[in-house]
Amino acid sequence: MQYEITFAGFGGQGIMTAGKFLAQGAMNHGLEVAWVPSYGPEMRGGTAYCTVVISSKPVGSPVVKNPGIAVVMNRPSLDKFASQIKPDGILIINSSLIEATSEREDIFQVQVPCNKMSQEVLGIGRSANIAALGALLGVKEMIPKEEIEKVMETKFGKKPKILEDNLKIFRDAYELGKKQRKNA
Amino acid sequence: MAKILMKGSEAIGEAAIKAGCLSYFAYPITPQSEIAEYLAKRLPKIGGTFLQAESEIAASQMVFGAAGTGVRVMTTSSSPGISLMSEAMSYIAGAELPAVFVNIVRGGPGLGGILPSQGDYFQATKGAGHGNFRFLVLAPANVQEFVDYMIKAFPLAEKYRNPVMLVGDGLIAQMMEPVDFDNVASTPQGDVESWATTGCKDRETNLINSLFLDPLKLEKFNDKLADKYNRMRDEEVVYEEYAMDDDPDVVMVAYGTTSRVVKTAIDEFRKEDKLKVGLIRPITLFPFPMDVLRNLSAKSHVKAFGVVEMSIGQMLEDVKWATLERKPVEFFSRKGGIVPNPDETKDFIKNIFKKIGA
Repeated sequence: MQYEITFAGFGGQGIMTAGKFLAQGAMNHGLEVAWVPSYGPEMRGGTAYCTVVISSKPVGSPVVKNPGIAVVMNRPSLDKFASQIKPDGILIINSSLIEATSEREDIFQVQVPCNKMSQEVLGIGRSANIAALGALLGVKEMIPKEEIEKVMETKFGKKPKILEDNLKIFRDAYELGKKQRKNA
Repeated sequence: MAKILMKGSEAIGEAAIKAGCLSYFAYPITPQSEIAEYLAKRLPKIGGTFLQAESEIAASQMVFGAAGTGVRVMTTSSSPGISLMSEAMSYIAGAELPAVFVNIVRGGPGLGGILPSQGDYFQATKGAGHGNFRFLVLAPANVQEFVDYMIKAFPLAEKYRNPVMLVGDGLIAQMMEPVDFDNVASTPQGDVESWATTGCKDRETNLINSLFLDPLKLEKFNDKLADKYNRMRDEEVVYEEYAMDDDPDVVMVAYGTTSRVVKTAIDEFRKEDKLKVGLIRPITLFPFPMDVLRNLSAKSHVKAFGVVEMSIGQMLEDVKWATLERKPVEFFSRKGGIVPNPDETKDFIKNIFKKIGA
């Protein structure tokens, strides 16, 4: 079993964090993981992306040309990564910021209003990444969602209100994703 | 403590501390500045010394000085910075001092780029500086292995009183992987009193020096170093065999990040094409696993070798020499900071099989 997931958006959208939470959760679940960030010369406000590889055996190539799953948080990321997804792969689109979808018909596309879901709970879109992660797990439960919740408890444990809000965003998004899964 | 998810750079820093290295001198350079950042935070808290030098030249000379006092010391840098350190490296080898260098290799030559490369193979294994000396060179392929070999690097440097270099790249330094520090324990340092400048009260003076104006003495010293490197060839070669159990027709050779890509390519190729291909992964680049490759080259089941590198062909020369080119040695590479992907590596393997008529 192996999953490759690319998270992409602009700097500040919590792209790296979403990937880290997933990698941490998968590791805690006893799986092999690698979290690979994009690094290199980037403009402020430019695209940031990371790839998480989750595997039942030691991760070979950490370089992934065609991920099975991509989570895109802004329009440039949709344009860049939708074409790279493997056939029959999954594309999670942050519909709060991206009106379009991909023209591809050989992938499963799910629109999730990530910023809106964060705003409804926090008043701001800061936890759009958590919504995206929740929706992703809803669509494809690569690891039990409780593993991610445990990671959030560790990270936000000292701030109960923040934890509670983020758990709500995560769970709501998970349910949204899960419904889509049933329709698929 | 169980496994933790850690960035390569930070794991390297933590491993150095676990190895008992409390002296670190460096100058920041992408893509490994996080090692310095991590140690700047950690070392002062545990009674260690972190010093950001004014340049790589200064940092490496500080390593020279500290090594002379018999403490465990290291520096880390990336390609252009390592070049600046080459003078001190030669002096440290010439003075027979233990020290650890980490080179997180980036694309070159010159300032090059900041992305992964293996273009410093020659420099690390053959030309780290002027004069007759070698580094013992280790090339881990993942974060855990980097930790394990950091721990081994210090006792190895002490065993031979010779610098040890670990080479990696920006991918390993920047990525996060699970690391287990539970079974990681430092080896106690042996006797340093016989050579280190620790204060010579009640004993003979120890002199740290690499100047031999008498040619006969210098020749003798060179011979002593040669013996040392021959001993490394006898005792320190480490490599991994992957998918070698069923006498494969094609033997790939790759190290570090590239070896991981090759492993994935081998797995997929074996599944799709039902042809036998294996991998020899050198973990020590010097001493190079010469014998294993030479023996394989004489085996009838081996029809060809395939080398994959992120360079224009550096380890390739060692593979050609090791195998005496008894069988064709094919080569595939990406340069400039581009990591080969499994698909193109698989195509390379396919082409080798085509050439040997399978």
